[in-house]
Amino acid sequence: MDLTFTPDEEAFRAECRAWLEAHVPHGLPSGDTRAGFAAHLDWERTLFEAGWAVVSWPEAYGGRGASPMEWLIFEEEYYRAGAPQRVTQNGIFLLAPTVFEFGTPEQQDRILPRMAAAEDLWCQGWSEPNAGSDLAGIQSRATPDTGGWRLDGQKTWTTRGAFCTHLFGLFRSDPDAERHHGLTYFLVPLDAPGVTVRGFGRLDGDEGFAEVFFDDVFVADDAVLGGVHDGWGVAMATAGAERGLTLRSPGRFAATAARLVDLWRARGGSAPPGLADAVVQDWIDAEAYRWQTFWTVARLTDGERVGAEASLTKVFWSELDVRLHEHALALLGPHAELDDDDESARWMKGYQFALSGPIYAGTNEIQRNVIAERVLGLPRR
Amino acid sequence: MRFAFTPEQLAFRDAARDLLTGECPPAAVRAAWTSATGRSVTAWPALAAMGVLGALAPEAAGGLGLNLVDLVLVLEETGYVALPDPIVEHAAVAVPLLPDPGPAAAGEVTVTAALDGSGLAVWADTADLVVVDGRDALAVAARAELALAPRRSVDGARRLFGVGPVPDTAARVVDPAAFERGALGAAAQLVGLTRRLLDLTVGYVAERRQFGVPVGSFQAVKHHLADARLALEFAAPLVYRAAWSLAATDPDAALHVSMAKAQAGDAAHRTGRAALQCHGAIGYSYEYDLHLYLKRAWALAAAWGDAPWHRGRVGRAIL
Repeated sequence: MDLTFTPDEEAFRAECRAWLEAHVPHGLPSGDTRAGFAAHLDWERTLFEAGWAVVSWPEAYGGRGASPMEWLIFEEEYYRAGAPQRVTQNGIFLLAPTVFEFGTPEQQDRILPRMAAAEDLWCQGWSEPNAGSDLAGIQSRATPDTGGWRLDGQKTWTTRGAFCTHLFGLFRSDPDAERHHGLTYFLVPLDAPGVTVRGFGRLDGDEGFAEVFFDDVFVADDAVLGGVHDGWGVAMATAGAERGLTLRSPGRFAATAARLVDLWRARGGSAPPGLADAVVQDWIDAEAYRWQTFWTVARLTDGERVGAEASLTKVFWSELDVRLHEHALALLGPHAELDDDDESARWMKGYQFALSGPIYAGTNEIQRNVIAERVLGLPRR
Repeated sequence: MRFAFTPEQLAFRDAARDLLTGECPPAAVRAAWTSATGRSVTAWPALAAMGVLGALAPEAAGGLGLNLVDLVLVLEETGYVALPDPIVEHAAVAVPLLPDPGPAAAGEVTVTAALDGSGLAVWADTADLVVVDGRDALAVAARAELALAPRRSVDGARRLFGVGPVPDTAARVVDPAAFERGALGAAAQLVGLTRRLLDLTVGYVAERRQFGVPVGSFQAVKHHLADARLALEFAAPLVYRAAWSLAATDPDAALHVSMAKAQAGDAAHRTGRAALQCHGAIGYSYEYDLHLYLKRAWALAAAWGDAPWHRGRVGRAIL
């Protein structure tokens, strides 16, 4: 055990910090609006051109071959510098690990460089009107055709679907198979004939959601990621990345906890009793997530795999994020509702986003079932 | 940065686990509740023979020359079995500060401590030496020279004593980290107790059947225990990190200890609530073993600074 950063890690941190401090844009509009998304794409391309878009990827695909620890350091510095949430996240954090694991060399070469450069923008097509937590209940279907497949059905709650160019999604390819069997993972260009995308508002009013309709959409065989009818296993690899440390690294919550402490320093003098204790607990929890992640990274480095334990992480960060924002709103008191005050509006918008955390990537109720059944070994039925 | 224990540290933990599983079963803890001393009978000499009591003493003094990172997992195991002995006070707090740690390392003398502000020393009547807080320094007093006023703990095995004035003849030592080692040791034991409470409950709800199925198949029960597992997952790393900070004399070690003790105390309390609720009435029964571990968790969450006290100390550092 050595809890000091090595000289190489410190040098990497210094390099990250210097570049980010010089380049991070401040005051970008929401990336979940059409105009804001375009502004965020400029930032994504700036990141890519300087080699910071996908630091953990191999250099051949636009990354730096960074170790997991270096990636965590980059993330800490990224959020410390006040940089915005990544609008490319569903591609680079969710789809990419799956393409590295299951993709053919041809797919990797075709998909990853354009993803890294934010030329192709990927959204996730899993949920359907009648399949949310019960993902295996999806009804969108894939029918074999000469040289490929025909896709029909509807996906919904697709984050930033109205602004993306491509979708990765699950379709039922074997109508006679049940539940987790007979599903296939497809990679679909959203400009393919027969695809219709309709954006709609999230809780905060931004057009961050979309419905995606598939009407006899042809895709070639090379649009299948992993094996035909093996989509569930491929999708679960993505889910592991989504719940685990790649999507929501500790640096993000450490930065929010630091902002909460700043808010306390500005306003804590008149705060209700007990709030100091809550703010301190949030700060401790952000530290706990950071050290639990370092602990996990050592296990990954030793070749262990993180399976169902990723559900522990997902519940913890998502509920911590809600508490951080709740306590900030309590500090703002009667000003919390003010949408024309920059500080209040930022916390309230963050609060609304935080409230989605216990819902997306598998609701926390589902995660607690996973923890109980697959981490603790309790009986399924 | 590498946050993991070495194979040697894990082997030391495993050896202690084997020893304690054999020497400190629930029956031994229960027996301590009603025995004259409240102490284990065979576990303490066995830990001495294994070197655990003197783990932190230099090899020249008959110790193992180890540090708190090496010891923390063993302390966690002593919590898992609710060892009724002053292992934290003796091995973690006292051995590193004694002018001559040899006899304590060998287990020839037993040392306890009254350092957490309560003025109480646990198992003081069977100790030879008591480390006591003084104004500018710590005092190492012979138990025979101290007036001990017995107090009762909710945990019947923990024999508590108010410690009277320290005689001038007691040795004085300066060790600002003594309290931190005690709080860290208690935090490690609380992690072990949290694991024990969870293990006992997971085992029970898989066996206990109602409505024709194991009660552990009900979602309400699952979610209680998932929350307990979450509390454990996000407490243990802070405890291991604080152990490293103390071993490395990190300037922020006290802050790290406070985070660890607050998180471990809350995890044990939360898990204890879940354990009792998921056991139902059997868990509420005095004849059943659960309360032995539950009450040790309550006692240790309160000792060496409770969670609000430690959060207060964190707050003074960061707010």
